[in-house]
Order: sequence, then structure tokens, then C-alpha cells
Amino acid sequence: MMLVGNISLFHFLVLGTLLFTIGACGLFINRKSVITILMSIELMLLAVNLNFVSFSIHLKDLGGQIFTIAILTVAAAEAAIGLAILVVYYRNSKTIDISEINKLKG
Amino acid sequence: MLQSLDNIALLLVFMPLVAAAIVGLTTRFIGDRPAQVITCTLVCLSALFSYYIFHQVIFHSQSIHIKLLNWFSTGTFVANWTIFVDSLTAVMFLVVTTVSALVHVYSVGYMGHDEFKPRFMSYLSLFTFCMLMLVSADNFAQLFFGWEGVGLCSYLLIGFWFKKPTANAAAIKAFLVNRVGDFGFALGIFLLYWTFGSIEYETVFESVATYKDQFVPFFGTEVNVITMICLLLFMGAMGKSAQIGLHTWLPDAMEGPTPVSALIHAATMVTAGVFMVARCSHLFEYSEVALGVVTLVGAVTALFAASIALVQNDIKRIIAYSTCSQLGYMFFACGVSAYSAGIFHLTTHAFFKALLFLGAGSVIHALSDEQDIRKMGGLWKKIPFTYGVMWIGSLALAGIYPFAGYFSKDIILEAAYASDTLCGHVAYWMGLCAALFTAFYSWRLIILTFHGNPRASQEVMDHVHESPLNMTIPLFLLAAGSIISGYIGYHYFGMVEYESPFWSGVLHTLSQHNALDAIHHVPEWVTLSPLIAGLSGILIAYTMYMFKPTLPQFVYSKTQKLYNILLNKWYFDEFYDLILVRFSKRLGRFCWRKADMVFIDGMPNGMASLSALMARAVSIVQSGFIYHYAFVMLFGLLCILSWALLLMK
Amino acid sequence: MTELIFYLFGALLTLSGAMVITLRNPVHSVLFLIFAFFNAAALFIMIGAEFIAMILVIVYVGAVAVLFLFVVMMLNINIAELKQGFLRYLPIGLGLALLIFVEILIAMNNSMEGMSEIPTANNSVHITNTTAIGHVLYTDYFYVFQASGVLLLIAMIGAIVLTLTHGKDARRQSIYKQVMRDPKETIELVKVNSGSGVKV
Repeated sequence: MMLVGNISLFHFLVLGTLLFTIGACGLFINRKSVITILMSIELMLLAVNLNFVSFSIHLKDLGGQIFTIAILTVAAAEAAIGLAILVVYYRNSKTIDISEINKLKG
Repeated sequence: MLQSLDNIALLLVFMPLVAAAIVGLTTRFIGDRPAQVITCTLVCLSALFSYYIFHQVIFHSQSIHIKLLNWFSTGTFVANWTIFVDSLTAVMFLVVTTVSALVHVYSVGYMGHDEFKPRFMSYLSLFTFCMLMLVSADNFAQLFFGWEGVGLCSYLLIGFWFKKPTANAAAIKAFLVNRVGDFGFALGIFLLYWTFGSIEYETVFESVATYKDQFVPFFGTEVNVITMICLLLFMGAMGKSAQIGLHTWLPDAMEGPTPVSALIHAATMVTAGVFMVARCSHLFEYSEVALGVVTLVGAVTALFAASIALVQNDIKRIIAYSTCSQLGYMFFACGVSAYSAGIFHLTTHAFFKALLFLGAGSVIHALSDEQDIRKMGGLWKKIPFTYGVMWIGSLALAGIYPFAGYFSKDIILEAAYASDTLCGHVAYWMGLCAALFTAFYSWRLIILTFHGNPRASQEVMDHVHESPLNMTIPLFLLAAGSIISGYIGYHYFGMVEYESPFWSGVLHTLSQHNALDAIHHVPEWVTLSPLIAGLSGILIAYTMYMFKPTLPQFVYSKTQKLYNILLNKWYFDEFYDLILVRFSKRLGRFCWRKADMVFIDGMPNGMASLSALMARAVSIVQSGFIYHYAFVMLFGLLCILSWALLLMK
Repeated sequence: MTELIFYLFGALLTLSGAMVITLRNPVHSVLFLIFAFFNAAALFIMIGAEFIAMILVIVYVGAVAVLFLFVVMMLNINIAELKQGFLRYLPIGLGLALLIFVEILIAMNNSMEGMSEIPTANNSVHITNTTAIGHVLYTDYFYVFQASGVLLLIAMIGAIVLTLTHGKDARRQSIYKQVMRDPKETIELVKVNSGSGVKV
């Protein structure tokens, strides 16, 4: 399972998991800024990309890398839309403090 | 001939219903005069028909048995709406329709100033119809229908002046106490069906002998089934006819207008119990225990009610307790197997008691609605006709020859003596004592009401006037009946002869219960004793109230405690209040406040508030903050992962 | 050697990820995000997916992160307000994250038990990653390619629609009105007396 040298697939997967967890953490530790949420999402997507590429190299199948390109596209689109929403929200409420965004309170 | 007899019977029974319906459904716009005319005419016609039917059924031995409609017919439980007329029914028809017709006419005058005349007349006619249904039944179901119907009409009529709270309370009391009796009555009918498999008179009465040794379990012991049935049926009679224990409603029923008291509480409804016992003579004969109970209850009631009447001060209450007492006489007559004597006394009593009530009504009307005899007096010159009829009624009540009561009361007491049983003898002495009391209080009433110095105010005395014609004519007719009905019934019809052709076997007596035959062999003093008791009572009353007016005060000072007991009706009402009424009220209150409001209402309310509570608790989770949602999602992911890993292990 | 590079870039990647989420100043966070992307690209190059690495840098860093920066600048965030109330929820969040990390590792460990090395073909020709992707992207994975295009189009339209506002005082052209202009309504010949003006 050696991808390169002595680094096995497992190392990459651990790294990916670590990055994913950090990104997930960022979702709920942060209480101040919506942008941080968007960035945490980007981190998670990066971790997923890492996962895909390492598997693609390991399984010698290019589908993983193609899918990585697709993920990239989606991430870009999602970042754009997310930021657009943020901008519009900021226009209306003049704040991006998460702890004040609870309009969907049940 | 037979064809038209059926039609006449049909008309007799249903004309009062038609009158009641026509007037009752249009009380708001029919107008007073048409209402009175319709009801009086139809009921008078019924009375005339009843004479014809009486003549045909008794003297020409016709019988009428018309099946109108089928009511129940499930398996062996068959009951039909019928009109069944035999001698007993014919006598009852005559009594009921005559008194009812006269009361209708009297009410036209008495209720002249009332604003609800049509309603009153329709209630009277409705009552007449229910009573006629009761007596013309050929099965226990229709009897029970009539029974309940007269109870209902009694309630409606007692509470006629519904704006008076005492009238409403009295009406409810009458209905409730009657209900207690009806409970026993219904149980009796159930047991009857259970034993005999049928509730029609014919089937039941024919097969009584085969069941006379059957036993039925009752609270652990075995009781003779016929005795049980009779006792239960008698419980109904006790309620309806105000015997001791269930008598408390009768004096309070005087809250109703006087014609109501005359019709319902003197002549007809209260006699339904006696009628029922006489009708079921086939059953009662086979149960010595039941006969004994009936005798004792009747005798005790006779004495007890008469004792209370000694000291009452309301003119109508005296007459009401008098009714109670006379009903006791009728019952103990039936108890010693002298059923015909009981029915005979029922007939004569109807006349003179109705006369007394209507006469009292005349006095009350004359004195502008004064009912307390302590505030009357000095009236005999001003209203001589009323005075005269009150005398006639009282003479008949006291049993003085040749008035009606003499014949019927005498026969009863002689039969009680002659019956040779312990209960019969006890009944005889009690009845004799009651006769003394009866004469006493009747003359106390007359003397205090009509004689002496006027104790009413001057303006009331100025208004005293004799009643109008529509009140005096019924009084006249009833007086005539009080005078001659006894003599005619005894000598002419032979109503109380032993095994007389008058009854032709309707009232069944076993050969060993031959009291009516044995009366011919009683000692001479027994035959004279009621008369002597009556005369002594009159004498004592005259002494105390006319000749030596200080005597009553003296007697009172010596017997204060006894006087109070009698004045408070032997504290029966207070006793019932303590034991039953307070407990029921507390129970009702508990059921309302705790069981219903808290528990039963609390269940749906509690469910609703529980849902609201749970919803509030759950809605805390939905805080609106994204980081909470993200956290929860991750937590869920963690849980699924753990679960999957555990499974894989 | 490769381990060193791997651990170096891996550590930097992790560190910059942690920095992204903990820094209060959003501009700093974005910069560290860019740094994370660069490190990830390095790792990709290390394992031989250099096209992906370059695409990562160009698209993510060049477009997405720059977009982030634009927005951060535009929103005019008050930094002083953001320096509050951070540590209260740290323990439980960290605990949960730790648990998830451990669980995913265990899951991956268990699922990798039966995996074996995929053999390389004998007559393998050494081509670049770009060529390889190019061989399959437009043939086997054509739909992915087209769908990505459509997705981008939609995202673009979406973003414009969301944020576009017509300025109230902006002057606009209506081509239709310009073309349908009728000389009869717009031009009027007026005889003017010399000396006196013209009322319009």
C-alpha cells in the first residue's frame, strides 16, 4: 500500500480525517462569523479531495481525480453562492454575528 | 252492540288525551275559554261513557278487551297497548272520570285569576288519560306506563306555580320519593317476568299456583318468589299511595292548586297503589307474609297519619294527612283479603275526600288565599253552602250512618277483626283508634274554620263571598255522591258481599281467606265500634273547641313534647335529610367537583397541556443557531458510526 | 526523504487548518486558508497528481479564496466585537471532534483489512497526469464535464440574481425605446419669430 516511498495510503487517510475533523470543529466552535463557517466547509472539502486523490493513486483509477475536479467545481459554485447570500444578509441586518442569527427559532 | 261498546271504551280512554293534546300544544294562542270548553266537554263525555260502560260490564256481563297496538314482542316478552275492561276497571273508570270531570269544571272557577289556565286544563286532561291507561291495562308494562305517567303529571301539576320555589321543591320531592317506590315496582315486574315468563295478567294470574313453592336467592338466603314479587310490587304501591316511609311527599304536594289536590292526591293517583294490589290479588293471596306486611303497613300508616293530622294548622295539610290515613285503611283491607272492601272504600273515599278538598278550596278562595285555620273563624253564616258540604264530607269521612264512609269503613274494620290473624287484630285496634282521631280532627277543622269569632283581618272578612256556580255545582254533585254512594254500593250493588256477582271473580281470594264471609259472625260490639269511635271523636272535638275553649291550651301544657313530635310529623323529614339527603348532596358535590371537573375534564385538558409542555421542551432544541444544528448533526453522525462499528465487531 | 516532506507539509496543512478556525480576524483566516491550499497542492504533487494540484491552486486559491477576501473586505467587519466568548464551548466541541476522529479511524482501519495492492500493468507508458486526465475526462467522464459546466453557469446566474440591485438613481438605456422612437412624437417644427423665444 505504498503510495510514495514509505508513506502508505493510511497516512494520507489519517491526514484527511484530521483535516476533516478540524473543519467540522470549526463549524460549531466558532460563534462569531459566518465567513468562518464557509471556510470550514472549504477545509472539509479539501480533506475529501485529499481522500479521493490518495485513493485514486492507490487504486490506479483516474475516476477519483475526475471526481476531485468535479468537487472543485461544486466547491467553487457553493462558495460563490454562499458568499452572495452572506452579502445580501449583511445588507439587510448589518451584522454577520452568528449568535444573532436565530430567526428560524422554533 | 259489542262493536259500539269497544268504540265507546276507546273514546272514553282517548278523549282526554285528545283534549290534552289540542290544548297543550297550543297553550300560547288558544285562549282561555276555548281551552276550558274543550277539556271540560271531552272529559265530561268520558264520564258519561263510563256510566254506560259500568252498566254494561257489571250488569250485563260484557267484557271489553281491545288490542290497540303491539308494544314489545321479543321472544316471550310480549306486551300490547290494550283497553281491558272488567268489573274492577269499570269501577275505576267511573271514579276517575267522574271526579276528573267535576274537578275540571271546578277549576274553571277556582283558577279564574290565573294567567296559565290552558296549561292547567291540559295537564288535568293528560293526567286523566294516564290514569285511564293505568287502569285499563292488561299487562304490567302498560300499568307501569300509566304509573309513570300519573307521576309525571303529578310533578307538573304540583309545580304548576313554578315561580314559587317551594312549589318546585315539592314537585321534585314528590317525583323522587315516587321514584324510590317505582324502583321496587320495576324490580317486582322483572322478577315476575323471570318467574312466569310473561308480563300479561292472564298468563301470570292463571299460573300463580304452580309457582307458589318456588324460591329465589336474595342476599344469601332463599325467599319465596311470590312473596318477593308481592313485596316489591307493594313497595311501588307504598310510594304511589304515600304509605309510611314514603309518605313525605304527600303533605308537601299541597303546594299545588287545590283542584290538583282533590283530583290527584285524594281520589285518583294515590289510589293507584290500592288498585294495583287489588288487581294482583291473585298473587298476594298466595303469600301470607306479603299480606301480613300490607296489613301492618296500612294499619300503622292509618294511625300515624291521623296522629299527625291532630295538630296541623294548615287546612289542606289536615286533609292531606287524612287521605294518607284513609289509604292506610284501604291497604289493610286488602291485607286481610277483603279486596272488595278496599275498593269500595276507595270509591266512597274518592267522593268525600274530593268534596272536602274542593270545599277547602272554596274556603281558601273566599278568604283570599288564606290557608291557616288559626286565622279563620266565624264564616258559617257567610258561606253556608260551603259550610254545609264540609259537614257532609266530614260526616262521610267519620263514618256516621247513613253517609258513605259508614258502610265502607265499617266493613273494613269488621273484616280486620274477623280475619282472625294477629295482623288483622292489630289492624283492627289501630284502625279503631285512627277512626277516633279522624272524627276529632275533622270537627276541629270545621269548628276552627267556621265557628267562633273571626280571627282574620276585617278587610279579608269583608271579601268573603260564596263561590260561583261553576264551583258550587261540582260540590253539590260530590256531596250527593258522598251521601248515597255508600248505601247504593253496599245494598244495591252488593259490592262487598262475599263472592258477589258484582266482581265475578276478578278479585281472587283463597277459600281460607274468607274474612268477608266471617264478618257476619263477629260480635255485636265490633259492628258498632266504628260508629261509637266516630261519635266520641266528634264529642271530644266539640268539648275542646266549642264548649271549653281553654282545654286545648291545658292539654298542650301537659303534653308539650308529644305535641312537638306530632307537629313536626314525627321528624321523618329531618331523619331523611340527615341520612339520605345530606349524603346524596355531598356525593353529588364530590362527583361534580372532583370526579368530573378534576378527573374527567382533567384528562383531555391534561392531555392538551401535556402536549403543550412536551412541545415547549422539544422546541428548545430548535434554537435557530447554525452551530447548534451542526453540532447535533455531527453528534448524530457519531452515534451512527458507533452503532455501525459495534455491529461490525 | 519523502516522509520528511510528507510530515512537513502535513503538519503545516494541519496547523494552518487549525489557524483558520481559531483566528478572530477573518482576513488572517482567509490567508491561512490559502496557505492550507498550497500545502495540500504540495502533497498532491508529491503523490503524482500534479494536474489536480495546479487546478487546486488556480481555482481554489486564485478564485475562491480571492472571492472570500473580496467579501471580507466588503463587509467591513468590526474586529473588536469578535474577540469574545470563545472558550466556553471549546471542551465539548473538542471532545466530540476527538471522538469522531477516533471513530473514523477505527472504521477505516477495519475496512482496509481486505485491501490488496493493485498490480501495475507490464507495458505501462509513463505519461503525465494531465495527459491521463485528458484521456478520460472528455470520453468516459464526459457527463461529469458537461454537468460541471452547467453547474458553474447556474451558480453564476444565482450569484448575480441574489446580489443585484437596481440602483435607484442609475441611468439606464432601454434599447427598445430608442429603436421605436417615432419622429412624429419627438420632433416638432416651430416657426420662430426672430427676437422672441420659443416655449418648449
